[in-house]
Amino acid sequence: MDQSRIRNFCIVAHIDHGKSTLADRLIELTGTLTAREMQSQVLDNMDLERERGITIKSQAVRLIYKADDGNEYILNLIDTPGHVDFNYEVSRSLAACDGAILIIDAAQGIEAQTLANVYLALDHDLEVLPVINKIDLPSADPEGTAREVEDVIGIPAMDAPRISAKTGENIKSVLEAIINELPAPDGDVNAPLQALIFDSLYDSYRGVIVFCRVKEGRIKAGDKVRMMATGAEFEVVEVGYFGAGQFIASDELSAGMVGYMTASIKNVRDTRVGDTITGADNPCSEPLPGYKKVNPMVYCGLYPADGAKYPDLRDALEKLQLNDAALFYEPETSVALGFGFRCGFLGLLHLDVIQERLEREYDLDLVTTAPGVVYRVYKTDGEMIELTNPSNLPDPSEIEYMEEPYVSAEVMVRSEYIGAIMDLCQERRGIYISMEYMEETRALLKYELPLNEIIYDFFDALKSRSRGYASFDYELSEYKRSELVKLDILINKEMVDALSFIVFKDTAYEKGRKMCEKLKEKIPRHLFEIPIQAAVGSKVIARETVKAVRKDVLAKCYGGDITRKKKLLEKQKEGKKRMRQIGNVEIPQEAFMSVLKLDEE
Amino acid sequence: MSDFELYVHLPFCVQKCLYCDFTSGVFDGRLQRDYLKVICEEIKESACRYKGRLSSVYIGGGTPSMLPLYFIEEICNTISDNFEILPGAEISIEANPGTVTREKAKGYLDLGINRISMGLQSADDAELKRLGRIHSYRDFLESYDSLRKAGFPNINIDLMSGLPGQTQDSLAASLKEVLLLRPEHISVYSLIIEEGTPFYDMYHEDALRQEKGEDTMFLPGEDETVSMLHLTENLLLTSGYNKYEISNFSKPGFECRHNIGYWKRTPYVGVGLGAASLISPDILREGDMGSAFEVRYANTKDMKTYLYGEKIGGFEELKKSDAMSEFMFLGLRMTEGISISEFYEAFGITPDAIYKEHFRKLSERNLIINEDGRIRLTPFAMDVSNIVLAAFV
Repeated sequence: MDQSRIRNFCIVAHIDHGKSTLADRLIELTGTLTAREMQSQVLDNMDLERERGITIKSQAVRLIYKADDGNEYILNLIDTPGHVDFNYEVSRSLAACDGAILIIDAAQGIEAQTLANVYLALDHDLEVLPVINKIDLPSADPEGTAREVEDVIGIPAMDAPRISAKTGENIKSVLEAIINELPAPDGDVNAPLQALIFDSLYDSYRGVIVFCRVKEGRIKAGDKVRMMATGAEFEVVEVGYFGAGQFIASDELSAGMVGYMTASIKNVRDTRVGDTITGADNPCSEPLPGYKKVNPMVYCGLYPADGAKYPDLRDALEKLQLNDAALFYEPETSVALGFGFRCGFLGLLHLDVIQERLEREYDLDLVTTAPGVVYRVYKTDGEMIELTNPSNLPDPSEIEYMEEPYVSAEVMVRSEYIGAIMDLCQERRGIYISMEYMEETRALLKYELPLNEIIYDFFDALKSRSRGYASFDYELSEYKRSELVKLDILINKEMVDALSFIVFKDTAYEKGRKMCEKLKEKIPRHLFEIPIQAAVGSKVIARETVKAVRKDVLAKCYGGDITRKKKLLEKQKEGKKRMRQIGNVEIPQEAFMSVLKLDEE
Repeated sequence: MSDFELYVHLPFCVQKCLYCDFTSGVFDGRLQRDYLKVICEEIKESACRYKGRLSSVYIGGGTPSMLPLYFIEEICNTISDNFEILPGAEISIEANPGTVTREKAKGYLDLGINRISMGLQSADDAELKRLGRIHSYRDFLESYDSLRKAGFPNINIDLMSGLPGQTQDSLAASLKEVLLLRPEHISVYSLIIEEGTPFYDMYHEDALRQEKGEDTMFLPGEDETVSMLHLTENLLLTSGYNKYEISNFSKPGFECRHNIGYWKRTPYVGVGLGAASLISPDILREGDMGSAFEVRYANTKDMKTYLYGEKIGGFEELKKSDAMSEFMFLGLRMTEGISISEFYEAFGITPDAIYKEHFRKLSERNLIINEDGRIRLTPFAMDVSNIVLAAFV
């Protein structure tokens, strides 16, 4: 295939600006799937993705389009994950493209992720094609939005297609613009193979299916290939391209093409996103730039509610990891919860998705401990440890100092809410960097924020304080020294390791107090009084008491009533099943996540 | 020959009390007459289906005493025509103040009824009014007097604690009033706010606060209700009554045998609207129960269906393990607890073999005592019995 008849592109947008809907329309209009075959949002495959309306895995689809110039073109659309947790995957997906469609909501205009995505696309030297969506909305202002794109981003937008992905209006103009405005790929088909892995998928029959963009050279079945970062070598079994929802084998993939390859690969960890595939016998001189190993940012403990299910949890994690190189886990033991795993995730959404998949797809009942970030602990003996489990914090006497991860955050906000958002960032220990007005009514705030302060409920707080008129994007910046302490929780005078968490020293008192209050709500009354204490070191800083039950009787109990009374007792007993026994105290599973909700008012 | 108990449900009331969630209500005379026909038929059918003598009969409601005497007469006659009643069997009827006269009481006695249970609930007229009762304390005294004058030898008085607006003092006053009368039996039930009653709409939230041990607005707080339980027990014990079950007290020898039957799981046949039955294979005249150890079923709670449609519904096949679990959680309601040898007789296995771990944990927590061949709740556990009983379901 002539490279000039290929376009490799992605669609980038702020969340809810219509990325998946436009992708659906393009697929439909090019006849890749008929309208009848379409399930809305074809590219979001997982049930979870569809339910939540987000893309978690990258997806690709090949469209054939007969353009107005009479030629047939191959359009490779690469859909990118839509959440900041998966930023690295987004960046790799972009690197597989030559151009990007930037969707802007005609009613909302530019948002924080619009900007972040544009900059990301420009960083990868992509040609950016703005498309103004949702012109069917009564509040749409396509002309104002186009002006805003020109003013704020500095790319021409007056001729940008004005469309409604929802109604299908003007979709053809997008296809024409892709042909005319986005560049065709280049690359020498005779050069040594150089292909970028932008995603992979585990299939129980074929092993790992590697999604790649061939930059130079060609690849076909039977070739011996090497993954340059991991060094793993394989013999290619099959190559092909992406139909909508299916893989279609082909003879070869050559420079400029996007497709997949399989090679009986057992584990996605051998085919890391961002790695370069080259020929084992005739390797290229250098890998493609930009590979980095993604490290989990958030850790938590996952324990089976029923201790006997530990092997099931291990098997489930193993299976999930086959398909998710970013998921990390290692066995750990908690005094309170028994055997489980310390798991690392890209962010809270990633955690949430994994947790939900474990519960849904593997039918596991889980106890999750409070998620935390990775702290760096510098010890007096010169050693540095990366702390993922608060319980492993060394004795304070052995600690020289600690560091916590910070992010650079950008918040785009309507001017009337600037004050409220600045207050929020301040409360979350933000370091003000800058503020610039994008236009009269909107400003871009830049802050450095501790990751720990944003992983829980920052996004919700942002939405509520700006009444929805703020958007947010961040990336990990650096570790900074910080005054941190471990907050321990004692229930009935016994320390519960699974409830410990690391806090900023000055907030320890307040967090301890709130934690005790939360736990008081969550822990049912027992036959004895239960003190709940928060302590830093040996010093108790907060206390609540769960009063003892004094009365719990069923009154009249006669013949006709026995079945009903039995049900009441059964219900009482059922409630106990969702509890963990710690010492003499039964603690409900959800109590271990209480720390997540400390800032809810 | 096996014996069983007969329960006869008469769901008729002058007016429904605000807290009541029993199967009862106000029905017109025509329905009452139809009911009499149907329930007598049901008694006859039961006699065809089940063999054995009646160890007790309980005519409950509703307010059976509001019905004309001939109504009770026809029921009693149907029972005695169709069943063999054990000599000296306890035959009880429920009555409410203001609905019994001396003549009626006399009539009951002539029919062989030897125990009467009076629903007083409180001796405080303001409390009675809040409950939606139709009578005053004075009405009760008159009714009680006519029962005694007619010669009733065994009278129970029902009282309630934990009522809206009730205090320890007002409860103590009610108890003292009642103790002056020296009834043979006194039941004191804690008020439960049941869904579907007017009280639920009025006090549901307050009941939740009470359950959590928080401050309440109308109902006595949790600590107060516990004090009420203790006060009740102290007053009655010092006045010569035995506490033989969580809510039941009697002079020695006047324990309600019918109720004890429920807690000991004597088979029972219930007739009438919503009545439940517990059938063991040995009272079946013919057929068997397949793999079931026992069967429990209940009649419909819908009056029209009961009268003109399919009466029986809600079959529940009890496995042996279900029966054992009931044996425990019902038996432990009694002060004397359960007998290890009776358990063995019923199931051919010792309770220890089944519940050893439970027993160990519960006695560690000072909730049960195992002594003299019996297992019973500790006095401490009596106040929080659900926690113990739930362990056995």
